[in-house]
Amino acid sequence: MDNFEPEIVAFCCHYCGYTAADMAGTRRISYPSNVKIIRVPCTGKVDAIHLMKALEKGADGVYIAACLEGDCHFKDGNLRAVAHVEKIKKTLEDLGWEPERVAMMNFSAAMGQQFAQAAEEFTEKIKALGPSPASQATSKAV
Amino acid sequence: MKTESRLEKVLASGQLAVTSEVGPPRGCNIDIVKEKANMIKDHVDGINITDNQTAMVRMSSIAAGVALKQMGLDPIIQMVSRDRNRLAMQADILGAYALGCNTMLCLSGDHPQFGDHPMAKPVYDIDSINMIKMVKDMRDEAKFQGGADITEPPKMFIGAAANPFADPFELRVMRLAKKVAAGVDFIQTQCIFNTAKFEEWMKQVVDRGLDEKVAILAGITPMKSLGMAKYMKSKVPGMDIPDEVIDRLAGVDKDKQAEEGIKMAIEQMQRLKECKGVKGFHIMAIEWEEKVPELVEGAGLSPRPKV
Amino acid sequence: MITAEQKPLQEILGYIAPYEKILVVGCNECVTVCAAGGRKEVGLLSSAIRLNSAKAGKKIEVLEHTLERQCDPEYVDQLAELAGQVDAVVSLACGCGIQTVASQYPIPVFPGVNTKFMGASESQGIWAERCMGCGDCMLGITGGICPIARCSKSIMNGPCGGSVNGKCEISPDVDCAWQLIWDRLVELGLQDRYEELVAAKDWRPAGGGGPRKIIREDLASSKIITEDNA
Repeated sequence: MDNFEPEIVAFCCHYCGYTAADMAGTRRISYPSNVKIIRVPCTGKVDAIHLMKALEKGADGVYIAACLEGDCHFKDGNLRAVAHVEKIKKTLEDLGWEPERVAMMNFSAAMGQQFAQAAEEFTEKIKALGPSPASQATSKAV
Repeated sequence: MKTESRLEKVLASGQLAVTSEVGPPRGCNIDIVKEKANMIKDHVDGINITDNQTAMVRMSSIAAGVALKQMGLDPIIQMVSRDRNRLAMQADILGAYALGCNTMLCLSGDHPQFGDHPMAKPVYDIDSINMIKMVKDMRDEAKFQGGADITEPPKMFIGAAANPFADPFELRVMRLAKKVAAGVDFIQTQCIFNTAKFEEWMKQVVDRGLDEKVAILAGITPMKSLGMAKYMKSKVPGMDIPDEVIDRLAGVDKDKQAEEGIKMAIEQMQRLKECKGVKGFHIMAIEWEEKVPELVEGAGLSPRPKV
Repeated sequence: MITAEQKPLQEILGYIAPYEKILVVGCNECVTVCAAGGRKEVGLLSSAIRLNSAKAGKKIEVLEHTLERQCDPEYVDQLAELAGQVDAVVSLACGCGIQTVASQYPIPVFPGVNTKFMGASESQGIWAERCMGCGDCMLGITGGICPIARCSKSIMNGPCGGSVNGKCEISPDVDCAWQLIWDRLVELGLQDRYEELVAAKDWRPAGGGGPRKIIREDLASSKIITEDNA
């Protein structure tokens, strides 16, 4: 367990979350390679099922990186995303999973540093939680 | 006379009537009912027995009423449409009348949500207005609500409630008119604290001539304390308590508030005795039955007429 | 439409605990609109069941399917092949759909939702009761607002004494239906109608006469249908 390297999926919106990640890259601020980024046009497009599917397929943690509240390029896509995250947290709680495996984050396009730091912190948190039940089941199957 | 009801006789004599009420216990001790009734019996023409008041289970109104009847008193049975469908209502009306109860009050009843059985299925088969009509048809047409004949019909003197303070105000007289059209004989109003607003309502009642068709008993509740007044103002739905009532109670020492409350109720009755259309009073002294004689005497309504 | 809400997950998981292969069936009609049992919710519930089995270390296979309509035998027929492969079904349709599925397949069919009421959408994500299906519509005399469904006491001649500031005595969040009716009658200039006594309701069409059924001879007759098609 000591050398557990979690799989983390981050849904990042094209305008802010993804640009912040890009900024971290161009400024050579490193963040853990555990975080796999999926670029979406707007986090409003990320449905609850996408979070669930990521967990089902073995992700140990999932988060959404959206624009700052009030700054969504599509008005209120990030608020829809929050609602989905809250819903899935509740589902995980009902199932006896740690709801902390799902998170909502907000960045502006200029927040490369903060993006990297948040990725680092989230990875540490998931490391502390250990592998998710589904990823354990998946690795057993392999 | 439509019935043998003492209340009807008092009203027919042209004198102001006085009724009061007793809440049955949440247990089987009938002596509680008898004791409360004994405190007030010489000062009233009829004693209401509440029916699962505020949707809390209590001893049956009819059972407690029969106990009063056996003491030679005049119970007014309350019946709410919340707990019985029309079969159960009519069965209970036949039974109550057979055992000597000849006066009743038709109510819809507080929603179960308020009481100690919020999980109960509310019945509300018919509303209070259709209940009035049902009891009237039982009495005057000797017909059950379903249309069949009654061989020995119950001759109930029929009462109902009116709340002049509920909303919308403009409907309050119109709804009374519907109760009159349905056949109600007497009305006991909600507790009156806003006397001016009551008088305004009463004026509209008189303007429509409804006071000629139904006897209106003004609802009187003495305030026991400032705390009670504040509680009723903020917590009890449909209650209109003006600031002057609060201010007057607040203006006296705490240990004098009860006395002030009684004084206020007596003054109110004296004022309303002059109000056209008021045919009497219904005194609701909540857990304070022992004060009813003082109130009745204070208002100059004692002794009660022998009819 | 008919509204529904998903049951607590643990209740559903309790039903299916003994089984290894199940089918979650959604419905494309009302429960899709109220986001309780459409294709999306079928996916989410199936996913949750899989996450649960991962945690429990138990193998369970979940098939997913959403029908156009679950309350019509013709559509439910389409489940034949899938139903043949599973031990049990979780239906996310209203009670009508669940029973139609149960009547057609000899395997356990469990409800995944609680069917609530016939309601309309007030705004996104909010549905409110509007009709109780009393079988004898009185909207024509109450200004288009139903006292049966919307008055807490289903009073025919309201409002009761508990109406305050346009709200019902049971909660400041509930509108007094009779205040709404009165306001509407005033708006329509039909105030005079208020004082007509509305008779005690005959509850037979509302279900008091036993389970209800509609038979439309013109549609039920196979002869006519054949002629129309010809």
